[in-house]
Amino acid sequence: MRITLNGQTSELDVDADKPLLWVLRDDLGLVGTKYGCGQALCGACTILVDGQPVRACQTTIADAADRSIVTIEGLSGKVAEVVQATWTRLDVPQCGYCQSGQVVATTALLTANRKPTDTDIDDALSGNLCRCSTYHRIRAAVHEAAKLLEA
Amino acid sequence: MHDSFLASLARDPGPSRRSFLVGATALGSSLVVGFAVKSDGAPDAAKPGANPFVGYVQIAADDTVTIYSSQMDMGQGIYHGIATLVQEELEADWSKVTVVGGAGNTALYGNIPFGGKIQMTGGSSGTASSWERYRRAGAAARAMLITAAAERWNVPVGEIKAENGVVSHPSGKSATYGALAASAANGPVPTSVTLKQPGEWKYIGNATLARYDSRPKSNGTQRYTIDLREPGILTAAVIHPPLFGATLKSFDASKAKAMKGVVDVVEIPRGVAVVATGMWEAMKAREVVSVEWDDTKAEKRSSGEIAADYRAAAEKGGEVVAANVGDTDAAFSKAAKVIDARYEFPYLAHAPLEPINAAARMNPDGTLEVWGGHQMPDLYQAVAAKVAGITPDKVILRVMKTGGGFGRRASVDADIIVEAVATAKALGWKAPVKVQWTREDDMRAGRYRPAFIHKMKAALDENGNLIALRDTLVGQSIAKSTVMEGALVHNGVDVLSVEGMANQPYAIPNLRVDLTTTASPVSVLWWRAVGSTHTAYALESFIDEIAHAAGKDPVAFRLAMLKDKPRHAAVLQLAAEKAGWNSPTPAGRFRGVAVAEAFHSYVAQVAEISVDNNGLPRVHRVVCAVDCGIAVNPDQVRAQMEGGIGFGLGAILKSRITLDKGKIVQGNFDSYDVLRINEMPSVEVHIVNSSAPPTGVGEPGVPPIGPAVANAMFEATGRRIRILPFANSENS
Repeated sequence: MRITLNGQTSELDVDADKPLLWVLRDDLGLVGTKYGCGQALCGACTILVDGQPVRACQTTIADAADRSIVTIEGLSGKVAEVVQATWTRLDVPQCGYCQSGQVVATTALLTANRKPTDTDIDDALSGNLCRCSTYHRIRAAVHEAAKLLEA
Repeated sequence: MHDSFLASLARDPGPSRRSFLVGATALGSSLVVGFAVKSDGAPDAAKPGANPFVGYVQIAADDTVTIYSSQMDMGQGIYHGIATLVQEELEADWSKVTVVGGAGNTALYGNIPFGGKIQMTGGSSGTASSWERYRRAGAAARAMLITAAAERWNVPVGEIKAENGVVSHPSGKSATYGALAASAANGPVPTSVTLKQPGEWKYIGNATLARYDSRPKSNGTQRYTIDLREPGILTAAVIHPPLFGATLKSFDASKAKAMKGVVDVVEIPRGVAVVATGMWEAMKAREVVSVEWDDTKAEKRSSGEIAADYRAAAEKGGEVVAANVGDTDAAFSKAAKVIDARYEFPYLAHAPLEPINAAARMNPDGTLEVWGGHQMPDLYQAVAAKVAGITPDKVILRVMKTGGGFGRRASVDADIIVEAVATAKALGWKAPVKVQWTREDDMRAGRYRPAFIHKMKAALDENGNLIALRDTLVGQSIAKSTVMEGALVHNGVDVLSVEGMANQPYAIPNLRVDLTTTASPVSVLWWRAVGSTHTAYALESFIDEIAHAAGKDPVAFRLAMLKDKPRHAAVLQLAAEKAGWNSPTPAGRFRGVAVAEAFHSYVAQVAEISVDNNGLPRVHRVVCAVDCGIAVNPDQVRAQMEGGIGFGLGAILKSRITLDKGKIVQGNFDSYDVLRINEMPSVEVHIVNSSAPPTGVGEPGVPPIGPAVANAMFEATGRRIRILPFANSENS
């Protein structure tokens, strides 16, 4: 199986039906992508596949073959930098466990939509659960990052 | 387990084999205030009764400052709080400060508000427990560095400054803390230190210190137990009984053992562990293990039957009395008006986003390392030792940050620790093993916020004054039959069942609170804010109902009964004022208010809602006032109020665990719904300026939000929500 992960193409010897989440975490040691539900219900394992946010727990390695996969470890570029810097400055995380997924999903949102409304934020992030309920700060950080990207 | 735990409390580890106070340690040139560490950085066991600031701070030659936290960080930010306390007195270079979990030494890490005899994180006590000892540790370390510099430079101590990680003298001499650490380590430990006066504080009460762990938590580099990558580590998925109280009869794992990546399938105390090279392999193999259970003693009722049993018990009145003031019978007999209400609360799962896990490894030197979110380390150390068949001093606990917790990591039977150690042992200790529950395992494994019913009754006189209140509570005890029973169950009353009600704050001349404790194999546990998660909802909804029956404003009605409770009254007034309580709401918006004390912190909230097409509230804005004494990190206080409000709101609106013939219906976030970003209100937090010693904020933000929203719903619809959650067919 050939995948392009964080810009590097490599061959992997794993079962075709193995979820990308467990390939990343157990086979490749990229543990920034988190397991929270295994059913695409929480968003903790959000990654980018061809630039689109998807849930790694419901994406098999076969689904991802020959596509460009980006995880939190490989997130780069202006939008990602601003998002992560804003997350840090506003002290968004509490336990932090969902935040890889939140940051990846927000990077995808702001890449596609430089000035999201509250409704756009709801639509993009309502599948990303945060049990610490840092939602108040996530929303503020998305708006703040959008402002910084505009400047 | 009870005996082993008590034995662990009683055991005296004896004199440390190493230099007890500061000095040349395995770390060579580090200054450790003031206590030896092992070469791996884990605090060594030292004897009890030690210098009060030993074992908390280590300054290394490279200027890094490592703080050993007695409190586990599950996201509540206590590592940052403790680091702030140390930093206030130490004045290190903040960019060089890190915090790790300390464990395995009750004398150093015992929780002070809980009597100092057990290390634990809970009851929102972390800051209170740390307030003196960590400031003293910082002050002692700083004093030792100054003394070392004074000797080296042959100048008076009084002429030396120490700040931002540098010791300096007006002559131009200076040295970093790290450069002085070795000399300081050989000097005397001060027998007393003078702490700064509040007017001298640079960091406490300010937001000047960036939270040191926000960066790793924003870029995916923060590590949790699930992320352990120890060489050769195996992953185990477990099979628990489908019914509470069922036990393992037999299992056939022949198919599973033949699958790719499967290492072994072993029996563990609560079921079966399927051990594999990775989580996916373990989960797949688990599906083909056939298991027979003995469910003779299992819970087989459905939630409806349990509720019916609770209602019947409530009708009979409580079996034990938790509070009895005045003469409620006499007051009811002369009442001008009597009001009745019954409130019903479901089981709730903590559902931390990192499903429960722990890992264990037996080392060649006979020590057992156990990784996990160790919220009760002393207990877990004793339990791990017992399962492994070794002495507790051989157990090294690695305290990991956790992906949430909300109480679940303080498991009184150390359930996940037992599973991790038992699985590694069953494999003959041949490899480190991580037991990782799936979301479904986590949701169905019990340790729920207990279901409760409150049957309430109030008497008003002809002037609308509340002259009597009765509450009969029915539900399971958290502490009974556990190691906590002695401390928490008095005359048959588990204080965790009635907290917030038996000690309710209002001046009510006649009060009776009684309790019937039910029994079930369904296990229960503290869930963020514990008893106040239901008592505050019942009390504050009912008080609101009484205010309306008396024709009085809900804020004014409460304040009139809080004359002897100035801290309750102050937060209530502050929240009301900031929310514009006395000004009209925008069209279609409705307000509700509630106030509650939990763990010695006082919180009032005003919720502003509208009602959606399904008849459910949409909460737009919450104004929150909190008095937690001195706010060590005001931004952390705000964060915990925001988070507590969201956590409590999701639960009252949507969450419940139900049983169908004993089986838990919910398994994942599709059926156990929690708050999402589109449902999060805007939150405004106002912190009362206080000089009282600090109290906690992890839990107290939770209790008021439910009743505040319920009271706003009454304003909007004239309907009282008495059966939780709101999204519940019985309410429509």
